[in-house]
Amino acid sequence: MEHLIALVTKPDNVPIVAILFLIPYFIWLSYRQARQTDKTGVPSDAALNDKVYVWPYLCRNEFICAIIVMLVLGVWSIMIDAPLEEPSDPTKTPNPSKAPWYFLALQEMLVYFDPWIAGVVLPGLIIAGLVAIPYIDINPKGKGYYTIKERPFALGVFCFGFIILWIVLMVVGTFLRGPGWNFFAPWEAWDPHLVVPLTNVNLSYLFGIRDADTANFFGFVMVAGYFAIGPLFYLWKSKSSQFLQELGLVRYIVVSFLFLTMLALPIKMILRVVLNVKYIWVSPWFNV
Amino acid sequence: MNEERKGLKEKITNSDIWRSMFRHGYEDTGRRYTLQVLQNVWLHLHPPRISRHALNFRFTWCMGGITFLMFLVTAVTGVLLMFYYRPTAEYAFHDVQYLEFDIPFGMLLRNMHRWAAHGMVISVMLHMFRVFLTGSYKKPREFNWAVGVILLLVTFFLSFTGYLLPWDQLAFWAVTVGTNMARATPVLGHEGPFAPQDITQSNDVRFALLAGTIVGPSTLLRFYILHCVAVPLLASVLMALHFWRVRKDGGISGPL
Repeated sequence: MEHLIALVTKPDNVPIVAILFLIPYFIWLSYRQARQTDKTGVPSDAALNDKVYVWPYLCRNEFICAIIVMLVLGVWSIMIDAPLEEPSDPTKTPNPSKAPWYFLALQEMLVYFDPWIAGVVLPGLIIAGLVAIPYIDINPKGKGYYTIKERPFALGVFCFGFIILWIVLMVVGTFLRGPGWNFFAPWEAWDPHLVVPLTNVNLSYLFGIRDADTANFFGFVMVAGYFAIGPLFYLWKSKSSQFLQELGLVRYIVVSFLFLTMLALPIKMILRVVLNVKYIWVSPWFNV
Repeated sequence: MNEERKGLKEKITNSDIWRSMFRHGYEDTGRRYTLQVLQNVWLHLHPPRISRHALNFRFTWCMGGITFLMFLVTAVTGVLLMFYYRPTAEYAFHDVQYLEFDIPFGMLLRNMHRWAAHGMVISVMLHMFRVFLTGSYKKPREFNWAVGVILLLVTFFLSFTGYLLPWDQLAFWAVTVGTNMARATPVLGHEGPFAPQDITQSNDVRFALLAGTIVGPSTLLRFYILHCVAVPLLASVLMALHFWRVRKDGGISGPL
């Protein structure tokens, strides 16, 4: 318990603790409004043309908001001091060594993927995917108001990515990862001498493959097969689905690739936790 | 009673003393409200009028504005901190200690800078979340969403480069861990897949970031310049573009 209190009250963890309250609050706030819209319908044009003067109405809101935020920041700055540890020493590695809290979801991905995927390819695809969102979401509805009914898929994918794969992993990285990046429950003290046996095996090994070339081929088939789900689904559904025809082939390829890549992370996490799978594909050049 | 009060008010505002202090009265008209916004350099980014729902806290969460406010706070406190800080390995840590213990309000200054920076990272993430939930990235705001994504990255990078400057263990190892990934960049990192023979640890992408093979004095200088000059400039330019596009794309999004 003392350990948990020490962890939660660490000055640099304050933002994470704040996020634990802010994110649920804003999810609740937006969910309530979405329910309201879905029940009563989108506000009519008449209500939208109701305009007010920026001065004084908006400026007043901005002013009050700024005062409140500055008050919170002032109290925060008076109450809690920014951390300053010992002078830097390249020969003394702390355990655990953690990146700043907003990068801990990326550091957490390193448990499941090699650095070139977790540290470079996936972050790159997150950025590319975010930029691509407005160009691949062709649903004209749900613009400028909260709704669930009119865009369930877009909301589901984004909320899963943002809340589970970004915020939750960040919280896990901050509070539940201790020395050696081992997993510790909140009530467990961080034991730097804890030895966790590494019993991970490659997926091909689980299938009884022992020879490297066959394992390489097997891994290629698994990964290629996984990403082939997208095109196969298109071939199966494109004739009958009005939506897929409107979306078009190029947009569909981008959507399905980004979607499958995002889902690859939880799939790999489950494989690791349940079956101790280390790599899906082991090749002479890289491992996935 | 009311009449009397009105008479008294007029008497005061018409008096010679009052009129010597205030050149004219406050005209309570729409024309006055419009001019107030148009003629003020700090307010002119606003349109004269907006739709009523844009005032609603439950709709906007105020997160974009809070992000900008946090940026301004870090800019002001950051300039003050620069007076006391030398970005060299010999002095950096001791300058921070000196700031904390000897400079009047130095600790408060440093706290405000750090917590405002953390606050900015939180508010920019929540801002993106709100913009997504309300579908505000949809036509015609596609490009502004892209600018926003870049601004999110710029915010992370600003915070990350600043993390190194205290030059303590926390800073050193957080940045070491954070930049270690760059080794594994495909083709451009010396430990990444498909790296050519002549990519080594002293000419790969991580070397370009750190100005060395480990986090060292030249990294400190590089991060200092990125943190105090280059990235804030980039952020300011992108913010100007972002705010301008909010206006040009029809103001705060609404159901139309």
